[in-house]
Amino acid sequence: MNARITLATAGRVLTQLRHDPRTLALLLLVPSVLMTLLWWVYDGGPVFDQIGPALLALFPFVVMFLVTSVATLRERTSGTLERLLTLPIGKLDFLLGYALAFGLMAVFQALIAATLAVAVLGMDVAGPTWLLVTVAVLDALLGVALGLFVSAFAATEFQVVQFMPALVLPQFLLCGLLVPRDEMPDVLAAVSNVLPLSYAVDAMREVQTAVEPAVWGYAAIIAGFAVGLLTLGAATLRRRTP
Amino acid sequence: MNFKSGRASTSRHGSGTGDAIRISGLRVERGARVVRDDFDLTVRRGTLTGLLGPSGSGKSTLMRAIVGVQEIASGQVDVLGLPAGSPPLRHRVGYLTQSPSVYGDLTVRENLRYFAAVLGTTRASVDRTIEQVDLASHADDLVNNLSGGQESRASLAVALLGEPELLVLDEPTVGLDPVLRRDLWTLFNRLADEGVTLLVSSHVMDEAERCPRLLLLREGNLLADDTPAGLLESTGAADAEHAFLHLIDEGARR
Repeated sequence: MNARITLATAGRVLTQLRHDPRTLALLLLVPSVLMTLLWWVYDGGPVFDQIGPALLALFPFVVMFLVTSVATLRERTSGTLERLLTLPIGKLDFLLGYALAFGLMAVFQALIAATLAVAVLGMDVAGPTWLLVTVAVLDALLGVALGLFVSAFAATEFQVVQFMPALVLPQFLLCGLLVPRDEMPDVLAAVSNVLPLSYAVDAMREVQTAVEPAVWGYAAIIAGFAVGLLTLGAATLRRRTP
Repeated sequence: MNFKSGRASTSRHGSGTGDAIRISGLRVERGARVVRDDFDLTVRRGTLTGLLGPSGSGKSTLMRAIVGVQEIASGQVDVLGLPAGSPPLRHRVGYLTQSPSVYGDLTVRENLRYFAAVLGTTRASVDRTIEQVDLASHADDLVNNLSGGQESRASLAVALLGEPELLVLDEPTVGLDPVLRRDLWTLFNRLADEGVTLLVSSHVMDEAERCPRLLLLREGNLLADDTPAGLLESTGAADAEHAFLHLIDEGARR
């Protein structure tokens, strides 16, 4: 681990984004557009208040998962990763560089979406808004970690994009947004207990309903999943390949 | 490595002695296929060695084994006195992959600055390597907007960063025009004179004459290990291409 190299890697990823303004705009604005659409669909009523915070957790997770998995797959297929691994860079420098860069993007993304939802669209939240943003950023980091990990199991961009419906949609179905988790069949409730997105939605629901929300337990679980996935991701970065 | 003299940091220019690469009994397998078996090779420091052979002859596999990114089945590969791929070598070996490995969505300079930061070298070395590969006029262009030859030179520039003691260059001159090719071979010879060890692969036989030492590879076997003149003399051929064909025919008869 080397702070200089980690920061250089994060800076490099951000520079790549800067050269791609369309991706940057999509990254920052699509969640806000979707929040607005949701508000419109429910006519700003109580349902919007109920599911809005959960979607604030979902969007950064999905978006960062997609962006990171494609970006790392590109590193693997273009040979830049192989070259980097012949240089004095640690695997963690590489992974944390990505996490830092996309984590920073997630901060902006969540700030914009949460501010819009609360201040403009009038989303009713009992807890403080900054907690919404904090949980959303943690979810984004979870998406980054999952994206870094699964990119090792895809050979093409077609394949890596298919991991979205395969790994993300089941979590969406089971996270408690459609049916509360304790009302699910036992097997599904048990499965949802081991999926990270469930805890993200729980955390958001807590912020939504409690004036002094107790989210740190949930936050620790999400962070634990992210760290675990990053560790697995590090194991997939091989300096020697067949 | 012996640091007794306290001049380890100047070894790039100081130590013309010793071996830069020592390979013994190398065996590489890809699936069930043996791509290289019982291979030996020694390359002395401060020399320029050409690695020639048709595509698929195992040049890249050999280079990958030297850089330490190739999984090997058995044998020993030592580079600059250390096992290939050892962490200390990551500062001392420059590697150019066959297909350009630079970020297409960064400029040439941004690419080099990033890799320089990874290596911990100065910004001055970024400008110098850009000059060395003749990309000063395109330094602030996105790599995606460069021609194929310019892109491969940007990739070469990364390999040259940080004054490596050993340069392993996989087809650095492919797709370049004759003037650039000549300039790059001049650069390679000059680096060798300064004490850098270079192993340069090519499938273009007429580049052979630019290397003081030639290794001819075919299907993972070393067909010849000679100087260009010695090769022409022993085969009686007029040029390297015919010498190569001669050796293949001879190998087929044996």
